[in-house]
Amino acid sequence: MITLNINGKSTRVDVAPDTPLLWVLRDSLQLTGTKFGCGMALCGACTVHMDGQAIRSCTTPVSVAVGKKIVTIEGVDRLKVAQAVQEAWKRLDVVQCGYCQSGQIMSAVTLLTENRKPSDADIDSAMAGNVCRCATYVRIRAAIHEAAKALA
Amino acid sequence: MSHIPHIENESRRRFLHGAAGLSLAIYLPGTLAATGPGLPPDATAVAQNFEPNAFVRIGADNVVTVISKHIEMGQGTYTGIATIIAEELDAAWSQVRVEGAPADAKRYANTLWGPFQGTGGSSAMANSWMQMRQAGAAARAMLTAAAAQQWQVPVAEISVSEGVISHTASGRSGKFGEFVQLAADQSVPADIKLKDPKDFKLVGKHAPRKDSADKINGKAVYTQDIHLPGMLTAVVAHPPRFGAKVKSFNASKAKAIKGVVEVVQIPNGVAVLAKDTWSAKKGRDALRIQWDESSAFKLGSEQIFARYHELAKQPGAVARKTGDADAAFAQAAKVMRASYDFPFLAHAAMEPLNCVVRLGKDECELWNGEQMQTGDQMAIAALLGIKVEQVKINMLYAGGSFGRRGSKDSDYTLEAVTIAQAIKGRAPVKMVWFREDDMKAGYYRPAFHHVIEAALDAQGRATAWRHRLVGQSILTGSPFAGMVQNGIDPVSVEGASNLPYAIPAIQVDLHTPSDIQVPVHWWRSVGSTHTAYSTETFIDELAVAAGQDPVAYRLDLLKNHPRHTGVLKLAADKAGWGTPLAPGEKGDRRARGVAVHESFGSFVAEVAELTINPDGSLRVDRVVCGVDCGIAINPDIIRAQVEGSIGYALSAALYGAITFKDGVVEQSNFHDYPPIRINEMPKVEVHIVASGEKPTGIGEPAVPPLAPALANAIAAATGKRLRDLPFKTEGLKA
Repeated sequence: MITLNINGKSTRVDVAPDTPLLWVLRDSLQLTGTKFGCGMALCGACTVHMDGQAIRSCTTPVSVAVGKKIVTIEGVDRLKVAQAVQEAWKRLDVVQCGYCQSGQIMSAVTLLTENRKPSDADIDSAMAGNVCRCATYVRIRAAIHEAAKALA
Repeated sequence: MSHIPHIENESRRRFLHGAAGLSLAIYLPGTLAATGPGLPPDATAVAQNFEPNAFVRIGADNVVTVISKHIEMGQGTYTGIATIIAEELDAAWSQVRVEGAPADAKRYANTLWGPFQGTGGSSAMANSWMQMRQAGAAARAMLTAAAAQQWQVPVAEISVSEGVISHTASGRSGKFGEFVQLAADQSVPADIKLKDPKDFKLVGKHAPRKDSADKINGKAVYTQDIHLPGMLTAVVAHPPRFGAKVKSFNASKAKAIKGVVEVVQIPNGVAVLAKDTWSAKKGRDALRIQWDESSAFKLGSEQIFARYHELAKQPGAVARKTGDADAAFAQAAKVMRASYDFPFLAHAAMEPLNCVVRLGKDECELWNGEQMQTGDQMAIAALLGIKVEQVKINMLYAGGSFGRRGSKDSDYTLEAVTIAQAIKGRAPVKMVWFREDDMKAGYYRPAFHHVIEAALDAQGRATAWRHRLVGQSILTGSPFAGMVQNGIDPVSVEGASNLPYAIPAIQVDLHTPSDIQVPVHWWRSVGSTHTAYSTETFIDELAVAAGQDPVAYRLDLLKNHPRHTGVLKLAADKAGWGTPLAPGEKGDRRARGVAVHESFGSFVAEVAELTINPDGSLRVDRVVCGVDCGIAINPDIIRAQVEGSIGYALSAALYGAITFKDGVVEQSNFHDYPPIRINEMPKVEVHIVASGEKPTGIGEPAVPPLAPALANAIAAATGKRLRDLPFKTEGLKA
């Protein structure tokens, strides 16, 4: 049995230690907000926070998450930065199919937590790991700038 | 008490017969309590609801539920359909929610397709516009009749606004929810009055998306997210080559993996079923399979294109013949010629294909990002030997599709059903394709080869245009196969055979190879993905050869096409076409390029501005678009679709290619089939023509002009014509 801290709650799961955190979240815990897109840390759909850092859960064995604080899209809204990000996302109607957006938001929250006034180059750098096949990139960028303004 | 309507009412009968695809039957609740959009209200709620037609349900709780017959795959249908209904209903936007319709072609047909339910061809708004207006207006009429009856006042004195029904003279008002019981007893009006467009409050204005909230907080449910009691997850080993079959397999290692429950052979490979996805995947990877490849596809991309180039030497089936091209070429002062190669393209939506199946006795229930209800119902019913109505489909959100989920032969849904069949339906099955499975499974935008020739007179004017295309037929083997006539698949030549330019002689012909075993499919904007490229870059070459401005040259030949003209002028004007372009950094080359194209009834022109660095790498800086899609129902969604289409098209132009080596697909994931990322996305400006024409679609039409606009800009900057996609920028080195 493995004990995890997910969104502030202690949770025990019966999985092999090398199981990717993504599948523990999605199947064992039915926290399906974090998505599977590629399985190779190429697309960012699986992004969650581990001790405040954005990580790709599809290539992170669950054993690595033990003793760390894991926050997923389901629990991130307790953070003030996340509230601003989600509010901006809503106001600008960023989403289209929506499948990548949990990962986009998790990455954006990390960016704005570390950098309250990101430049376009900062945004490029922080968000390049999150693919959007619907190409909502124009609005993702605008929403990050808007959230930054709201947090200022 | 249930509100089964009494059909003896004459005006109801007239409504039934008059409005295509509508029925007054109350939707009866389904059998399984799973989560997700597209599910019916539970039985006890029926008595409290007013459900005047298949598209609207209003509860005593004042919630207006719009039932969308079209899938929401990002393109904004749920919001668009709700906008139309809420407008005519005079509902408050905040009281409206949307759920997906069940699979039922009698009630939910795409009226542009006939008795067939499905989404595609950028047709959702076009086919829904009048139907949804009537549905919303009918509901409004019955609510006002109910209020008139309740208050004993003339119905003509009743007004409705923002979900509130009022009788000003007596100072009475009430919300929709208060009248649902009485409204359900009203006759459906024989004569449904629609709003004057000048009174629109939602259509053409800003109606925020209805699916945003759940896609921002992780609550939106996709096929990937379904969990049912006792469900097994299946991961499939597909053949490495199209046409290969399982000869034998050894599942001993797979079955030894904890969580693996069963291993079954299915027509298209071997499936491992497990209690969870990761165990199923490990099991699949541990299978040892011997394949019979005696009839398998074994060509490489070079061989495919060599065959196509050979075929192009002979005349094909004629798709268009106006004027006398042969005579014009015989007399030409000059002939210009260009040929083009287009690769196979994968859709590569963010959500890899998947499908959930619960197989019962004489029934089959699916949970799916469902894009082609009737096709899937028919295929599954035929496979199982049950009736079409016994195939129930819960339509969920799709994590993208771009055409793939509306499978022309129900490939992936049938595959999921065969897995459920193999275990005799003893557990629900969630079939999950991994990214590699999705990338290699075929159903690509077909590879195409084009040759275009123009005959020029002594003044450099084009007197004839001959366009030959070589590529596989998409519609063959689909529910639309009947549209293939005289050897012409219309979607192979769309955008080429209806070339709008006023050239006296135009001839278009087509070769359809039938010996390429690669399954091919409609991919966002279909034929226009390649026809817009060759036509809009070749016409640009003609302009340059004639020493004329590319916009002016086109406008001169589009005098009979006001809507092409409108968007072209709009885009050029807003882009500052003809004014100096701000220079880049030292050594950079900067230029603009233009393209205009009609597809799916809509007209889009794009002006692309780009920068080419000294090493040949390029960056697209800005794309300015003129769009005419008729009445703009949700302008912000139109803008979003244009932005997204440009990004989707840019990925294909820069990087998109599925290539074959000895019949094996060489690509597998996003490292070798790369999409553009945020740093590569240009600024996009969208200008929408104010139009009173009937609404046409925007899900696809902004894809075709992007690549040719870029190629034309590249030519303007470097003098080099890139005739094959994706762009090979090594040749652009300064």
